[in-house]
Amino acid sequence: MSALNRHILQSQPSAARRWEAAAVWLFRSATYVILFCGALVFGTIVFKGSKTVFTTTAPFINVAFFTEAPESLYVFEYQGQKREMGDREFRAFKAQHPDASNVKSESYVYSAGGIFPCIVGTVLLVLGSMFIALTLGVSAAVYLSEYATQGRVVTAIRLAILNLAGVPSIVFGLFGLGLFVIYLDWNVSLIAGWFTLALMVLPVVITASEESLKSVPKGFREGSLALGATKWQTIRKNVLPYALPGILTSSILGIARVAGETAPIMFTAAYVVRDKLPWEGLTSVSDFFFQGVMALPYHIYVVSSKIPQNEYTERVQYGTAFVFLMIVATIATSSILLRNKLRNRYKW
Amino acid sequence: MDIKTSFNSSSSGRSIPVTSSPVGPTLIDIDHVDFYYGTSQALHDINLKIEEKKVTAFIGPSGCGKSTLLRCLNRMNDLIDGTRVAKGQIKIRGINIYDPSVDVIELRKRVGMVFQKSNPFPKSIYENITYGLRLQGRSNKSDLDAVVEKSLRGAALWDEVKDRLHTSGLGLSGGQQQRLCIARAIAVEPEVILMDEPCSALDPIATVKVEELIQELRTKFTIVIVTHNMQQAARCSDKTAFFYMGKLIEFADTRAIFMNPANAQTEAYVSGRFG
Repeated sequence: MSALNRHILQSQPSAARRWEAAAVWLFRSATYVILFCGALVFGTIVFKGSKTVFTTTAPFINVAFFTEAPESLYVFEYQGQKREMGDREFRAFKAQHPDASNVKSESYVYSAGGIFPCIVGTVLLVLGSMFIALTLGVSAAVYLSEYATQGRVVTAIRLAILNLAGVPSIVFGLFGLGLFVIYLDWNVSLIAGWFTLALMVLPVVITASEESLKSVPKGFREGSLALGATKWQTIRKNVLPYALPGILTSSILGIARVAGETAPIMFTAAYVVRDKLPWEGLTSVSDFFFQGVMALPYHIYVVSSKIPQNEYTERVQYGTAFVFLMIVATIATSSILLRNKLRNRYKW
Repeated sequence: MDIKTSFNSSSSGRSIPVTSSPVGPTLIDIDHVDFYYGTSQALHDINLKIEEKKVTAFIGPSGCGKSTLLRCLNRMNDLIDGTRVAKGQIKIRGINIYDPSVDVIELRKRVGMVFQKSNPFPKSIYENITYGLRLQGRSNKSDLDAVVEKSLRGAALWDEVKDRLHTSGLGLSGGQQQRLCIARAIAVEPEVILMDEPCSALDPIATVKVEELIQELRTKFTIVIVTHNMQQAARCSDKTAFFYMGKLIEFADTRAIFMNPANAQTEAYVSGRFG
C-alpha cells in the first residue's frame, strides 16, 4: 500500500465528522428520552395497577374489580382490629354484629367494589361511535374521492375536514352538549355520546378511507366499468373490499384514541355514578339509547380529581387506568391483526 | 333506448365505401368529432368508419389522440372530469352513443376493452372471467363454468390455467394476465373489443401470443387496437389510421399505409423518421 493510500484511509478529524457525531448523538438521545418517558408512564400504571388487578391468591385476578360496581370503602376499628369493607359488606357485617352498629368508621367514595359499569359503558360508547363514524365517514370518503367532481369545493371540504381534526376535544364536548343534549333534547345519553365521539373521529376515518381508496389501482375501476358495471357495483365489488383493511385499521386506531377522551363525554354521556347497568330497568328500546353510562376515562377523572385523595383512592385510580390501558391496547392490536389478515387476502 | 336490440338488428348498419377493397359493413361511424379535455382540444374533426369483423389499428406518436379516440368509443373518457365531445357524432350501428338516451352501461357491455397495463382483479381466475356475467345477474354454476372454459379457450389460455382456475389471477405471468383480461372481455360477448396498447408491457414472446390471439379473435369480433409498435400494426391489422397532433392524417388499408402512403407525414412516420 502506498503512502498516499494510507493517508486517505486514516481517520481525519473534520467539521463534517464532528457534525455527524453530534447528529447521531442528538437522534439517539431523543429516542432514549421518548423511550424513558413511555416506560415511566407504562411502568407506573402497570406496576401500581397490577396491585389492584391481580391478587396473590387464586384465581390471581381480582374478579370483583371487573364484575362489581364502585362502592364506598369503610375503614373502621372493630375489636382492636383495623378492617376495610365495601358498603354492602359493611352493612351485612353490621347486621351480623349488632355491637358494631355504632362503630366509628371513615368512608372513602368509590374506593371499594369494581369498575364493571365503566367497562360496559366504554365498550358501548366505542361500539356505537365506531358504527356511526364508519358509516358516515366511509360514505363521505366514497363520495369525495369516487363521485364528486374534483375542484375547489371538494378541496375546501377536505381542508375543513382536516381542520376538524385539530379542534380540541373539549370543544367537541361542548358542541355535543349544545346540539345533542340541549337542542335535540337527548339529555346526557349514550346516543349523544356516540354522535359526539363519532364526530370527533370522523376526520381520521374520512382521511384514512380516502387514502385507502386512492391506493386501489385505477385499473381495477376501469376494468370493472369497461365490463359494464355501474359505478356503485364497481366500488362495492372491486374497490371497497381492497380498501377495507386500510380503512378499518386507521379507523379503529382513531376510535381507540378517542375512546380515551374524557372531555367529549363528560357533558354528553357520562355519569359519575349510576346504579343500574345499561340493560337494567328498561321500559322500551329507546330507553337504552337515552340513558347515560359510566365510562372508564371519566371514572379515572372523577376518582383522581373530584374526591379527596388518599391511599385508598390510589388503588382504584391505578387499577382503572391499567384496565383501560389494556383495553385500548387490545383494540389497537386486534385492528393490526385484522389488517394483516385482510391484506393477505387481497394482494396486488 | 334499447341499444342492445339495435345492435343485434342486422338491417341497420349500412356503409358507404371509404377506401379501396375489400369493404365490409361499417360498424362504428366516427363523424366529424371534436374532443376536449377541459379547454384543450385533443381531437380535431375526426372522420373514420370502422368496419365490422376487421382489425383496425390506430398509430401515431405519443399524444396524437389515438388513445383518446379509442376511449371515446366506449365512453371511458366520461370518467375524466371536464371531457366532452364538442362536435360530431360517434355512431355504432347507426346509434349515436353520445345521445343522452344511450345507456352507457349497456354500451360498455357491447364494446369491451383491454388496457395497456394488464389489470386482472385480485380475485381468482374464475372470478375474473365471471365478473362481468355476475354483474348481469348470471349465477348458474354450470352456465358460468361453460363461459369460463369458452372464454379461456377463446383467449388461448385454457390449457395453461385449467388446473388452477381458483388461484389468483395475479399469480399469472404478464402475458397470461393480459390474455386473462382479453378472456374477461370476451366473456360478456361484446361486439367490439378495444385494445389500448395491449402489448406495450409484454416481452416479445408474450407479444407474439397476443398477436396470434388477435388473428383468431378477428373472425368473431370487431377489433380496434391502439399501438406504438408499427410492426404490430402491420402484422395484425386490416386497416390503419395514422394520427398526428389530434388529427387523422390518413386512413386506409394497412398495406397501403405501410407500402404506399398517400401523405408525406404518414410516410415519414412509418419509415421511422419521426415519432
